[in-house]
Amino acid sequence: MEGKGRIFTEVDPDLLRECFRSKSKKLTNKVTSVEEAVRVHLHDGDYLAVGGFGGVRIPTALLHEIVRQGRKGLGFAGHTATHDCEILAAGKCFDRCDAAYIIGLEARGIPKMTRKYFESGAVECTEWTNAALSWRLRAAAMGISFIPARSMLGTDTELHSAAKEIACPFTGKKYLALPALFPDVAIIHVHEADINGNCHIRGILVSDQDLARASKTVIISAERLVPIDFFRQDQEKTTIPYYLVDAVVEVPYGSYPGNMPYEYYSDEEHLQEWLTAEESPETYQAFLDKYLFGTRDFSGYLELCGGTHRMRQLRDLEYLRKPALERSEGTEGEGTD
Amino acid sequence: MTTDDPFLTRKAEYNGMELLVCVASRYLEDGASVSVGTGVPVAAAMLAQKLYAPNLLIIFEAGGIAPLLPTMPISVGDSRTIYKAIQATSMTEVMDTLARGLVDYCFLGGAQIDLYGNLNSTQVGTDYRKPKVRFPGSGGANDFGSLAWRTMVVTPQSARRFVPKVDFITTPGYLDGPGSRERAGLPPGTGPYKVITNLAVLGYHPESKRMMVESIHPGVTTDEVRANSGFELLVKEPLGITDPPSEDELRVLREEVDPLKLVIGREAK
Repeated sequence: MEGKGRIFTEVDPDLLRECFRSKSKKLTNKVTSVEEAVRVHLHDGDYLAVGGFGGVRIPTALLHEIVRQGRKGLGFAGHTATHDCEILAAGKCFDRCDAAYIIGLEARGIPKMTRKYFESGAVECTEWTNAALSWRLRAAAMGISFIPARSMLGTDTELHSAAKEIACPFTGKKYLALPALFPDVAIIHVHEADINGNCHIRGILVSDQDLARASKTVIISAERLVPIDFFRQDQEKTTIPYYLVDAVVEVPYGSYPGNMPYEYYSDEEHLQEWLTAEESPETYQAFLDKYLFGTRDFSGYLELCGGTHRMRQLRDLEYLRKPALERSEGTEGEGTD
Repeated sequence: MTTDDPFLTRKAEYNGMELLVCVASRYLEDGASVSVGTGVPVAAAMLAQKLYAPNLLIIFEAGGIAPLLPTMPISVGDSRTIYKAIQATSMTEVMDTLARGLVDYCFLGGAQIDLYGNLNSTQVGTDYRKPKVRFPGSGGANDFGSLAWRTMVVTPQSARRFVPKVDFITTPGYLDGPGSRERAGLPPGTGPYKVITNLAVLGYHPESKRMMVESIHPGVTTDEVRANSGFELLVKEPLGITDPPSEDELRVLREEVDPLKLVIGREAK
C-alpha cells in the first residue's frame, strides 16, 4: 500500500545539510521580544511545529502572537496538538496539517469552532500517528530522509498518510517508510534558557529534543533566563544546545493556561471558558476579541485571567497543596518531585 | 422476584462507571505493563495497582513512566503523570519501548468499533476530504493497537457505536478477520483482547476472530446485549455473569482512586 496523502515539507537531507551548515555556531545573545521573534522568524506559508504536549509546556505567548500578527497559510504539525491547535485555528493560521492528534482537548472535550475549521475543507490533512510524527522528527534529527516503522499498517490511517510500504532487506518483513519531517520553524517553551539559547526542560520531553534538531529555525520561550554557567557547571541540564536555537524570549507563565510541570498546573476553568465560548461563532468572536485581540501582549492576557493571584493558585495546585492564603505552617505539599 | 434478589440489591450499590472501572482493573496482573489514557483506563490502572497489582508498570504515552499517581490526571502528559515517577522521558522513547514489545496492555476507545475490533476515532462518513464529523484522529491509538500485546477497549455499548463496518479504520483490530494482521505486517501475537462495556465483557472467537460475548453484567439480559450491537455478536457457551464490584473495590475506588468523582460521577453511556 502507498499512502495517498501529501508530504508538506522538504525531505532531501542534503538540502537540509546546506541549511544547517549556514547556521551560525557562535555563542551570541539571541534574546529578543515575542513580537520580534514571530515577525522576524515566522513567515506566511512556513511549516510550523509546536513543542510540548498540547496543553502541557506549550509556548502560549508565541502562539498568541502568531494569531495577533495574522500569519496565514502555515503548515502545522498536528502532533499531540490540543490547546495549541485551538489557538492557531482561532486565527485560521494554517491550511495544511500533518494530523496525528488534532481538534480535541483530551478528556475535556472537542471545541466546536476548531472542529468546524477542519471540517470546512480549509485545511488539507495527511494522517499520521503520534509515534509516526515522533519518528519522522527522529529521522530528520538523524539527517536521513526516512525511517521504517511498524505502526499504521493495514489501516485507513496508513491509506491517508504519505508513507510507503517497503521490505526489510535483511528479514523481508514489511515496514512503513515514514518520510523525515524537517519543519521550517519550531516554537518550544522551556523552564530555563540562557541568552545563547541553551535550554533546560524538566519533566517529559515529548519530542522536543528531536524537534529542535530537525527544524530549520528554533524559537525558544523560557520561564526564566539563567547565566551560561547554569549549563557549564551541570551539563546534564542541557536539553537543547544553543547552536540549534535562533531566538530566545523570556516569558514567565509562558505556558499558561497550559500546565508547566514543577511550576504551575493548567487553568481548567479558563480552558473550560474557552471551550464553552466555541459553542457559537458569536460567543467565540466575543471571547477572542476580549482575550486575544483586545490584549496588547501576553502579560495583558495574564492580567485578564487573574494575574499573579491566579498564577499563585495554579502553583499551589501544581504542588498539590492547599491555597497559600489558607495554609498554616507545616502543611506544605510534597510537590511534583 | 423478591427484594432480597442479589442482583437487584447489588445493582443499587454501584453505578455503571464503577462497574466498568472495577471490571477493567481485574485484567491487569502484577508485573505487567499497561499504557493508559485519562478517564476509565487510568482509574482502572490506579485501582489495580492499589488492590491486585502493586508492581503494575503504568506508562503514559507522553513520557511519564511508573508514577505514583496522587490524583487523576487531566492530560496524559500533565504533572500528575510524572508524580514520584521513575522516569520522565520522551514520547519517542515510549513508542520505541512499545515497538520492542515491552507493553503488555493498552486501553483504547473510539466513536465506532466493528466485529473484528477495528476502531474509528478519525471521522464519521467515508469521504476523507469531506467528513461529516471529524474527530481527533489516531493520537497514539494506532501505535498501541498495532504494537501492544493485548488491546482492551472500554466503551459504552450501543448499536450506533457497534457497527458492522467502521467508517474509517483508525486503529487495527483483526482488520478483515483471521490472518489479516499478519498479512498487513503487524507483529504476530498482538491484537484485540477484551471489550468491556456497560452491559457485558466481550472477547474474540479464537478462530473466526469475531467479537463474542463472554459474560453479561448482573441484571443485564443477553437480548439487551444483542440489541445494543449493529452486528451479530457471538455468544460464548456457557455464558458467564460478570462478578459485581466487591466492597473492597468500591471502597478503594471511591475513597482513594476517584474521591472527586471525575470518572465514577459520569454516566456510562
